Amino acid sequence: MAEPILQVQGLRTHFTTRQGVIKAVDGLSFNLEAGKTLCIVGESGSGKTVSSLSIMRLVDLPGRIVEGQILYRDTDLLKLDEAEMEKIRGDRIGMVFQDPMASLNPAFRIGDQIAEGILIHQEVDKAEARKRTLELLAQVGIPHPEARYGDYPHQFSGGMRQRVLIASAIACRPDILIADEPTTALDVTIQAQILKLLKEVQRNLNSAMILVTHDLGVVAAMADYVMVMYAGRMVEYADVETIFAQPRHPYTRGLLESLIRLEDTRETELAPIPGMPPDLSRLPAGCSFAPRCPAAIETCGARYPALQDISGGHQVACHLVADLAPAVDETVP
Amino acid sequence: MSAPLLQVRGLTKHFPVERRSLLRRPEKVLKAVDGIGFDLSRGQTLGLVGESGCGKSTTARLILRLIEPTAGTVTLDGVDVLSAAPEALQRLRREMQLVFQDPLSSLNPRMSVGVNIAEPLRFHGIGTRSEQRERARQMLDIVGLKSRDFDRYPHEFSGGQCQRVAIARALILQPKLVVFDEPVSALDVSIRAQILKLLLRLQQDFGLTYVFISHDLSVIKRICDSIAVMYLGEIVELGGSEQLYRAPQHPYTQALLKAIPAPDPAKRYDELGGLEGDVPSPIDPPPGCRFHTRCPRRMESCALRIPDLRDRGHGQLVACHLYD
Amino acid sequence: MASEKNGTLRTAPAGQGTNTHSRTYLAWLAFAEDKAALFSLVFLLIVALMAAFAPYVSPHDPYEAVNSLRNAPPGSGDFLLGADSNGRDILTRLIYGGRISLVVGFAPTFLAMVISLVLGLTAGYFGGWIDQAIMRTLDVLFAFPLVLLAIAIAGMLNPGVDTEIVAITVVLVPYISRIVRTSTISVTAQPYIEAARAGGAGQWAIVSRYVLPNMISPVIVYTTTLVGLMIVVASGLSFLGLGVQAPAADWGSMVSEGRVVLRKAPHVTVFPGLLIVAVSLAFNYIGDGLRDALDPKAIRR
Repeated sequence: MAEPILQVQGLRTHFTTRQGVIKAVDGLSFNLEAGKTLCIVGESGSGKTVSSLSIMRLVDLPGRIVEGQILYRDTDLLKLDEAEMEKIRGDRIGMVFQDPMASLNPAFRIGDQIAEGILIHQEVDKAEARKRTLELLAQVGIPHPEARYGDYPHQFSGGMRQRVLIASAIACRPDILIADEPTTALDVTIQAQILKLLKEVQRNLNSAMILVTHDLGVVAAMADYVMVMYAGRMVEYADVETIFAQPRHPYTRGLLESLIRLEDTRETELAPIPGMPPDLSRLPAGCSFAPRCPAAIETCGARYPALQDISGGHQVACHLVADLAPAVDETVP
Repeated sequence: MSAPLLQVRGLTKHFPVERRSLLRRPEKVLKAVDGIGFDLSRGQTLGLVGESGCGKSTTARLILRLIEPTAGTVTLDGVDVLSAAPEALQRLRREMQLVFQDPLSSLNPRMSVGVNIAEPLRFHGIGTRSEQRERARQMLDIVGLKSRDFDRYPHEFSGGQCQRVAIARALILQPKLVVFDEPVSALDVSIRAQILKLLLRLQQDFGLTYVFISHDLSVIKRICDSIAVMYLGEIVELGGSEQLYRAPQHPYTQALLKAIPAPDPAKRYDELGGLEGDVPSPIDPPPGCRFHTRCPRRMESCALRIPDLRDRGHGQLVACHLYD
Repeated sequence: MASEKNGTLRTAPAGQGTNTHSRTYLAWLAFAEDKAALFSLVFLLIVALMAAFAPYVSPHDPYEAVNSLRNAPPGSGDFLLGADSNGRDILTRLIYGGRISLVVGFAPTFLAMVISLVLGLTAGYFGGWIDQAIMRTLDVLFAFPLVLLAIAIAGMLNPGVDTEIVAITVVLVPYISRIVRTSTISVTAQPYIEAARAGGAGQWAIVSRYVLPNMISPVIVYTTTLVGLMIVVASGLSFLGLGVQAPAADWGSMVSEGRVVLRKAPHVTVFPGLLIVAVSLAFNYIGDGLRDALDPKAIRR
């Protein structure tokens, strides 16, 4: 098994507001190897976006990373000062955001924006940066790169803008690519183009990818590993086949059952998860999912279940799994 | 079989663009909706599906006459909606309602949810104040909220709850037709199924007829009896939902279906369909078949002649030269 | 900063308990949480009450001149803030001056707001040629510098307090109307307006129940902050002899009277000047407080 390129240990990112401390990310740990894709899936407020921003150290006040370790190769990103972090950001770690219009500067030509990233991180002259930019634009499938180099973001369609953003993210051949809902704002036929493009650039660079999404279809198409988050915590982690074939956490199961699938007919029973996601400033005691959980037992309301490995890297945080699992029970003689 | 509740014929909306001064007449038009037609029977649900800019939201507003059409007719229960005089239109508004995509911003933030729900009764002068409030309380119960929520404000609710409030407001006048414009797109996955379940229950209980707009074919297919696929202001395919899913005829419908990533890890990204290029501008749509610029099966004639929407022997209506 | 008490009140779980406080009361709580606004309000109330009851609270007669006490410094005799160059008690004249200054600050801004609401709402809600007609007309007024225009209008009428009020009202209308129009346009684009139309709401119901309540708060906030500025503008008019006539005085004319003896007796200028600054600031803070109080999201039970 390859050495992981990214190791996150006990990451906690909290927001201090007048409503109290909001634990947006509360104890996140995972490893990721080069060439592999991890999908972080969850609903709004689950902490998936804050997790990805935390790895880039892009969390703004009142948010703060309060604890944890983010090892990129042998470097703990949380121990770097801002100047050192800037060298890694955009160079070794590239990021693609949901809204490409908001992440591109509307006042600059797109070619110059990409070239600027290259000039900052690499010792090349302007002509070389321009040449590489043109190669990148061609690589991400923008027709007539020469002609479009000088165009402004508003002259591109949503899908083309996302391609520009991807070109910018991979300009320095990063080891890690983080994409936060990169296709949510796009139409489905364009989404298919962008997903394929992301995989293609990942394969070329052999980089690790973290893909944040709420769409389980995208997860199934893209992921090697899947992390399911609920209310700031990772509730289940496994490889993609296991998550879809043998989900163990009631929330993961609920999500999969509540999905509306193309092959459903009008007779297919709709199986929503009852209730709604909790308010992070007023989390229930014990397991955050317990109030909506069809299988909750008394323990669930009392304490938060620890994450445990139930088989070969499949991790679940659920009291019921502890009861069901043929685990070593030390109280029995 | 009785006459359809809703009949749409040749519905067209062209927006003037590039109007820069008072004096210069607009030169170009954006063809948002261009001559669409369909029938919808009582108690049935028609889905309008298509990508952004295909004109599905404009269609909704034209049917409800929230914007004035350029041409065409809309008949609701035998009454012509588009030529109705102001008083007649006011009466018609009781029969047809709209539910929006963003539930929070479709509620007046300065009114409690109870007052929001009761507003349509007030607009139409139905009942006394206390009767209106009582009816609003009943509606809260019907959509699965508590009657003590009456005095709370929209911002205190989650998206799913706000959508329940918006649905209660739409149904308080007991309309015959409800148009839903992307009602679950802004909601979390686990909440979507809740709302869809509610919509299906309400349709049963009150015998409602729905027009359901979405870009999500899975949702459309689950909810609708028949589906109209729209592309650049036109319907390219129209048929029963199972039929359309099993045997899509139009290359655009086929592409849409293939582009949806299935929640099944056996089907990876490289099997996704998708189309080359972007949707062309509706200001100068391509000549002939509007889809021919992106169509994987285009022929010479496609750029020359406009295909008409008709049954080409597959049980559904298709606008495509492939089946001529 | 929020006090502990109000802080807990705002974070109390929504829906817990069904005590139905009126919206006004809840808005008041939100306002009162802003200590600067609360303090400003108390301060303005005191100033206004003193002006209203001037004959009862003033230590002297505002027009009684004591020759020996010309330019007397603060604390001379029983002249707490000293005397002006005519030997009149400054404190008394400030109290009486408040009767004019507060009126010329408040009345024209309020009047201008009412007129602007009609014009701006009409322009913003209906759009098209109605919008063009109203806004282009106001642009003509807008093209003149505020103070110059006020002088021109006041110059055409007989000098006096009512002239000041008319002049200031007219010059404020284009400013406030623009805010009203912008605010109206952004509210009109909201889905809840379309929802009301779809529900069968008439124009009047839409404007009065949907547009107006949702667009008015920035207008109130902006208008409030203008009151202080208008006290200053009014004093400019008085200075030019277009407003209040001697021997009556508002705070602005007191400042300008003191100007000739600025070196010798600075307190004659400083006290009315400070009061103008304090009152203007107070209106600004109240504007900020209103912004919070009028935000529906600030209201939780």
